[in-house]
Amino acid sequence: MLDTTRNVETPEGIELALRVAGPMPRALAWLLDMFLRGVIYSVLGMSLPELGDFGMGLFLLALFLLEWFYPVAFELLWDGATPGKRVLGLRVINDDGTPVRAAASVLRNLMRSVDFLPVGYALGVLCMLFHRDFKRIGDMAAGTLVVYASAPEARAAAAGAPVRAALPPAWPLSIGEQKTLIDFAERHPRLTGQRAEELARAAGPLVAGSGDAAERLLAHADWLAGQR
Amino acid sequence: MRQTAFSARHGAEWAAMEGFLDAADRLRRGPPPPFPSHEFPARYRRVCQHLAIARARGYSHALHERLHQLVLRAHARLYGVRRPRWRAALRFLLVDYPRLVGEEWPYLLAAGLLFMGPLLALLAAIQWQPELTYTVLAPAQVVQIESMYDPQLAERVGREREADTDFAMFGFYVRNNTSIGFQTFVGGTLFGLGTVFFLVFNGLYIGAVAGHLTHLGYTQTFWGFVAGHSAFELTAIMLSGAAGLRVGMALIAPRGRTRRLALREAMLVGLRLMYGAAALFLAAAFVEAFWSSIAWLAPITKYAVGVALWLLVAAYLLLGRRHAA
Repeated sequence: MLDTTRNVETPEGIELALRVAGPMPRALAWLLDMFLRGVIYSVLGMSLPELGDFGMGLFLLALFLLEWFYPVAFELLWDGATPGKRVLGLRVINDDGTPVRAAASVLRNLMRSVDFLPVGYALGVLCMLFHRDFKRIGDMAAGTLVVYASAPEARAAAAGAPVRAALPPAWPLSIGEQKTLIDFAERHPRLTGQRAEELARAAGPLVAGSGDAAERLLAHADWLAGQR
Repeated sequence: MRQTAFSARHGAEWAAMEGFLDAADRLRRGPPPPFPSHEFPARYRRVCQHLAIARARGYSHALHERLHQLVLRAHARLYGVRRPRWRAALRFLLVDYPRLVGEEWPYLLAAGLLFMGPLLALLAAIQWQPELTYTVLAPAQVVQIESMYDPQLAERVGREREADTDFAMFGFYVRNNTSIGFQTFVGGTLFGLGTVFFLVFNGLYIGAVAGHLTHLGYTQTFWGFVAGHSAFELTAIMLSGAAGLRVGMALIAPRGRTRRLALREAMLVGLRLMYGAAALFLAAAFVEAFWSSIAWLAPITKYAVGVALWLLVAAYLLLGRRHAA
């Protein structure tokens, strides 16, 4: 399996697999956020000084809040993702898989001024490239991770699949081999005919001597899954 | 048991859990959740068992993914964040914060020395050697500062600034000073060097300004101006420095823990110190913007208020601790 999955053990003894995000998507998310903040600054910068010095004061306060707390507000109020991260499908969570805590969010965003050194998040990116879980210094200090917020892939069961006679395999298969066959059966609707045949031929002796290897494997998979 | 039989047997349970999580995530009221909340932990443990079974028996990837997603969401819901309570916040303000500062007093002392030391030293040195000002400040800056505090220019009755300019200055001070405080704090992750730099640099800067203006004799304008907010501002800087030094020390001498863990603990302590620092920065900006530039107050009043605020801050930090015991 890919090594960008971080396994977290829960108190129930289950391992959660969190897919951590690398520097590239995070950089893109940051650029989007910079753009959005730039738009907000422009809007405020054009409207508030109209109110004279009072507006100037408001503008400076808004600038302060946006500089330091724009990400914090989104991380705490909008499920751990700023708009830029949301576009890229990323999310900020604690190390143990729970939604990001307030203190952790504030800390990781205050630390941006260190990660930014000397220029353009150089220190932060360097740290990410060397860390196993792609953490920048702010993430290490706050105990957070940036992961892909996996959307549940709605794999609807192939309704109306051709009814085929379930066929037991010629000899007992190991757990891993059984899983592979069942996975093949689930992928089959999305494969072209030739590709499915090519993959099925890789089963070697199991499908030797049968005309349509893919059909043969599907029959085996049905039997393994429990259709008799 | 085969996979289809397994899915058939437990499918309803999983659908109920998905419905419950969807209802919990929804912002508006929808249909009621499939089961009451007190059943949630037991059902969650059952789904965890199902996931473990699916893994052990090598059921298909799709089934595994579905169960894994379910467990992820339920885990987040079960162990998720707690809402802060107002009474706890009040208790923190009155009791816990002074106690926290008391516990971290060595760092506060170190930060105080790193900040006030250069400040007072340069302030005194400039009285003998006025050229020392220019080792820290550029000539253009010196001219600007002199014009700000020149008593001749301040021969007006009433406020030195207009009311809305005050608010602009308030915004400016909040942004400028609090940012410095934050940077002093997080500079501690560079093994304390960032914090030391900020403390010494700001100490020298303020010392140069104060020394130069005192040397020129602009005492009433300058000291009258800073007397009010100095208590809050300088204490806030020293607290930020203490927070940063605490973090730096955790990295230098983790004392039996891994640096990763020591950093994390120190950052949380530092953050709690920063709550007070941030509040003090806000108060200082408020005083500096709306009070300090009032011209019709006699200087003696301003000095008295300044001293009173110093006593207030000292009393809060020193006496609040004893209240805790």
